[in-house]
Amino acid sequence: MRRGSAPMGYPDSHRMDIATPAAVRPAGRARPGGLALSVEGVDLRFGGIHALREVSFAAAPGQITAIIGPNGAGKTSVFNTISGFYWPSAGLIRLGGEDITRVPVHARAALGLARTFQNIALFGGLSVLENIKLGGHHAMKAGVFSALRYGRAAREEEMALRAAVERDVIDFLEIDHIRHLPVDALPYGLQKRVELARALAMRPRVLMLDEPVAGMNREETEDMARFILDVQEEWGATVLLVEHDMGMVMDISSHVVVLNFGEVIASGTPAEVRRHPQVIEAYLGTEGAAA
Amino acid sequence: MSEFVEYSLLGLLSGGVIALVALSFVLIYKGTGVVNFAVGEVMMLGAYFYYAGTVTFGLAPWIAFALSLGLIGLLAVAVERSVLRPLSGQSAVAVLMATIGMASIIHGAVEAVWGGDTYSPPTLLPRTPLTFGEILIPGTVLGNFVVAAVLIGAFLAFFRYTKTGIALRATASDPVTAAVLGININYSQRLTWVLSGLVGTVAGVLIASSAGLSPLLAAAALGVFAAIILGGLDSILGAIVASLIIGWVEALAAGYLGGKTRDVVPYIVVLAILIVRPYGLFGTRTIERL
Repeated sequence: MRRGSAPMGYPDSHRMDIATPAAVRPAGRARPGGLALSVEGVDLRFGGIHALREVSFAAAPGQITAIIGPNGAGKTSVFNTISGFYWPSAGLIRLGGEDITRVPVHARAALGLARTFQNIALFGGLSVLENIKLGGHHAMKAGVFSALRYGRAAREEEMALRAAVERDVIDFLEIDHIRHLPVDALPYGLQKRVELARALAMRPRVLMLDEPVAGMNREETEDMARFILDVQEEWGATVLLVEHDMGMVMDISSHVVVLNFGEVIASGTPAEVRRHPQVIEAYLGTEGAAA
Repeated sequence: MSEFVEYSLLGLLSGGVIALVALSFVLIYKGTGVVNFAVGEVMMLGAYFYYAGTVTFGLAPWIAFALSLGLIGLLAVAVERSVLRPLSGQSAVAVLMATIGMASIIHGAVEAVWGGDTYSPPTLLPRTPLTFGEILIPGTVLGNFVVAAVLIGAFLAFFRYTKTGIALRATASDPVTAAVLGININYSQRLTWVLSGLVGTVAGVLIASSAGLSPLLAAAALGVFAAIILGGLDSILGAIVASLIIGWVEALAAGYLGGKTRDVVPYIVVLAILIVRPYGLFGTRTIERL
């Protein structure tokens, strides 16, 4: 046991090394740390529809990057390509410098990629804790056969995971009081938070959030913005965000990428993007005209 | 009165094996969304493997049993890979037709190899009957029930408490999200088919060694469909309770109304219940996979 090097207070063991290959794990750091994510010249077509045209941008490690754009601009297509649901006809997705364009969806979890969905994708019928624990699934070695053979090791691993998840994620997101409730019974805002908790339980090095505050009221939005900032600051994760709430995007992002009709039309700091004429025309058109 | 108790006891005990077959079906329905009409045939094939092992090759029953489990497991892997995975994303009816096709192939192959005769393979469990006062319980009936109960209990615990079990439930509920969380969907679905095949084989061997083995064994699964629909398709617990009810009704019908009625009365009961509760006793109201 080398507790000193345990990321985020996880009880360290050889099993964690399997989840996070030594090559991509910074030595002697208290946290896994964020990885750079880059999208390079990605082209995506569905039949006759050209969903993404040579889309390129980079999310700097440990920073919050936002993708904005009108409906149908291709924001979710970008997310789904990074997740691995779509294989682009041209271009590359790089995670920490490594090409992951053709890596299967489930294998990307072990590389440190986690996400939430625009429409909450929690598992109905499972409790909050069960949902969150599924986020730690990829980091656990014990499968069905080894669970039979090494019952004790599997149990200890299970308990270690539970303790770590409870300590870090559940406390962090202030959802302790609902941990045993079925997710279906929760109000919308809390479901969103549980989904974020599940993504955090994956120990992400790049966290993708698809409209994390959509449909939330002011107070819930501010809570969520605070959580996202904490994730970036305390967990050191790279955050990539799709969001329509411009106030929040401009407040918390360090870098903004603007998509329109499947193309990147601008990117830069929030202040730069806000002043960009094409952005004003495409996205903030009326506001720009009024000003 | 003691007659009623005896019929009821026998019925509930034989309901345990029905529950095992139902479990084999519900596992696949819950885990992959496929309505598998080959459940009865897989069960029958497993029993014939066991018969071939013990009688034709003269192996010890436990070895033959282990071998038939292994063979069915391999077959499940092969079928999942070659038939079902290519059909993923197709309509439910297409997949259902594929399972009916597999059922016919297995049925035809079994008849071609072993013919239509009835065999009696050796039992795995002791035959010594148990007596409670005036009530006599055949040893195989009790043994079958115990095996079924232990296996079903193990499965319920597996789905409730183990990380693989929870991952299988997650895959069943939402495969896309499960994949994002790092769950290998192909592995989950393969595992589901293997587990279902193994459970079916256990049921087949239990039934064959107590009631005899013939191609008619596959038809035993028909009664199980009544139980599954009664239980609510997507509920393991529902399937168990419904199987016990079916076993009980069958035994009462056979005891009081004559042996021929045991195949009819359960369906009448199921029909009556479904008129009141169309989604079954425990099923989700909108028959959606849990």
